[in-house]
Amino acid sequence: MNKAAAPPAASADWTADSGGLRGMPGLGGTPVVHLEGVCKSFNLGLPTEVEVLHGIDMHLMRDEFVAVMGPSGSGKSTLLNLVGLLDRPTQGRLQILGQETTALDDQALTRLRGRSIGFVFQYHHLMSAFSALENVMMPRVGLHGYPTAEIEAQAMRLIDSVGLSAWRDTPATRLSGGQQQRVAVARALIMQPALLLADEPTGNLDTQSADAVFDLFRQVNREHRTAVLLVTHNPALAKRCDRIIQVVDGRVQGD
Amino acid sequence: MVHGRWQPFEWIVASRFLREGRLQSVFITVGVAIGVAVIVFMSALLQGLQANLVRRVLTAQPHIQVLPPKEFVRPQHDIDAAWHATRMQAPLQRLKSIDQWSSVLKLIRSMPQVKVASPAVTGAALGVRGGASRSLSLTAVDLALYQQIVNLQEKIVAGQARLESTELLMGMELASDLGLTIGDKLLVQSASGSSQYGVVAGILDLGNKGANQRNGFMALHSGQSLLGYPGGITGIDVTVHDVYAAELVAQRIQHLTGLQADSWIKTNAQFFSAISSQTMANTAIRFFVALSVAFGIASVLVVSVVQRSKEIGILRAMGISRGQVMRVFLLQGGLLGLGGALVGCVVGTIALHAWLSIAVTAEGTPLFQVTIEPTLYGLALGLATLTGLLAALAPALRAARLDPVVAIRG
Repeated sequence: MNKAAAPPAASADWTADSGGLRGMPGLGGTPVVHLEGVCKSFNLGLPTEVEVLHGIDMHLMRDEFVAVMGPSGSGKSTLLNLVGLLDRPTQGRLQILGQETTALDDQALTRLRGRSIGFVFQYHHLMSAFSALENVMMPRVGLHGYPTAEIEAQAMRLIDSVGLSAWRDTPATRLSGGQQQRVAVARALIMQPALLLADEPTGNLDTQSADAVFDLFRQVNREHRTAVLLVTHNPALAKRCDRIIQVVDGRVQGD
Repeated sequence: MVHGRWQPFEWIVASRFLREGRLQSVFITVGVAIGVAVIVFMSALLQGLQANLVRRVLTAQPHIQVLPPKEFVRPQHDIDAAWHATRMQAPLQRLKSIDQWSSVLKLIRSMPQVKVASPAVTGAALGVRGGASRSLSLTAVDLALYQQIVNLQEKIVAGQARLESTELLMGMELASDLGLTIGDKLLVQSASGSSQYGVVAGILDLGNKGANQRNGFMALHSGQSLLGYPGGITGIDVTVHDVYAAELVAQRIQHLTGLQADSWIKTNAQFFSAISSQTMANTAIRFFVALSVAFGIASVLVVSVVQRSKEIGILRAMGISRGQVMRVFLLQGGLLGLGGALVGCVVGTIALHAWLSIAVTAEGTPLFQVTIEPTLYGLALGLATLTGLLAALAPALRAARLDPVVAIRG
């Protein structure tokens, strides 16, 4: 495990335009995610209010492949949702590619999420009405407005790269669990995101399929310099990442 | 999608969702189709029935009759406005000619809503032949004009529809009572005592016994001299382009000329009220059918949103906007409405033709003519699509507002 440097004190040093972490030339990556004192509470203002994350400080550089581990209910998925701009922090600062996101409206968040972040979930959630290839094309078609030959060609390349050329026209529901997860990875990559978020992507797969999916993440990380944040319960997989962030009771306890 | 280049994203997703939930889509399309078929069938049938009834009523009378104003008594007041007389006697309504009728006729004809205006003289007379005599309701007209209002030619049972010089046309019962055939002479005496001989040129069937027993027609000039209106007329018969606008046109004529103008709507108030009630009942049926169609579509789409919440969550996570998600579901509603309406129009038309082939007279001819106006199809398609869109609004809003985190977690 390669342990990365601690986050800087001043967020101004973390802009994407600055070309990386100032004063740390050895890091060799562009900052993609920066969290500073991030808290997240649910049922705000109600008697049932509960704070799930307490002052999280975290960063993720370009090229990095980071595992997030922790017991169930520790706040891993909440953290992932915040980083993925699917939810908003109650307190603190959250920057994606140097852009402060806490003040952005829903439309701007959706746009930033669509262009910069790819998701792979434990349950792949492919669209059952579409084929493997069409599922991969979906995010770009949605953003572009309609399908084009260029989008189709890119989706084909991605389908090929995940080893599913023979199944590209097969309806998503007829693929095996491992194949569906690989389609989900290809779908997450079609926007060429700077950040790939994966929530237990191998949780429902056998060892062989899990290894194949992990290798795919690693390949994407190396070839496209995509930052990967992987939530997992599997210590063996976590050890193969560049570093591990331990989340316990809503706090980062080890990085 | 691979084969759907240039198709918008929302269209692709909406059509696939509908295709995937094939059974649901088919059931709701059939539901919409039945609703639209009922609307098309009932509307066409009622339109045909009403048009037939109105035609029957209006083939025997003008749309508007312009008459001289009724005479009335002006009460006399003292300076302090107290009644001078305690009792007023209703005036006698003497038959009189329309003042300046030629310019009035010109004015009426200049109105764009007016189709034909024909001057007429009407009055009571006595038909005498030998020892037999019968009272006559005599109408003196310019036949060429009057034929455009009441087609006497198609009511002829003997002779010809012709009014030259002293020629007469009369109802068949009247001719029978006086033993008249074509070419026979009849002495016509007016109430004022003047008389002239007329020659029977044609015998008419005016549609009912009462009318056939008393109605007679003669040329305008002959009538003017016989009934004591030399150069004058007692009324103007008017037809308009839109029969249902007759009352408005009548009011306009009354306002412009100061004469009394009675529309067929006013003189057949009960009949018109029945027609209006029928139209209202049809509108109510349309409304409730549209309501049931809307609830059907909405229920299917609400279920679809629940079933697809995870997929919607993923779409949102991938950067698809709330607006796009909303349009996907609105489009589904519109497509279900439009698809159902297309099928419904076909089914309604087939049902109508089937009904018309069953509902025939003893001679095998249809009870009445029914033609489906293209506007009815357009209206049905537009209404059903709009209903589908409105019905989809609530499910679409619900889908667009789904929190992706909650949706994906399920």
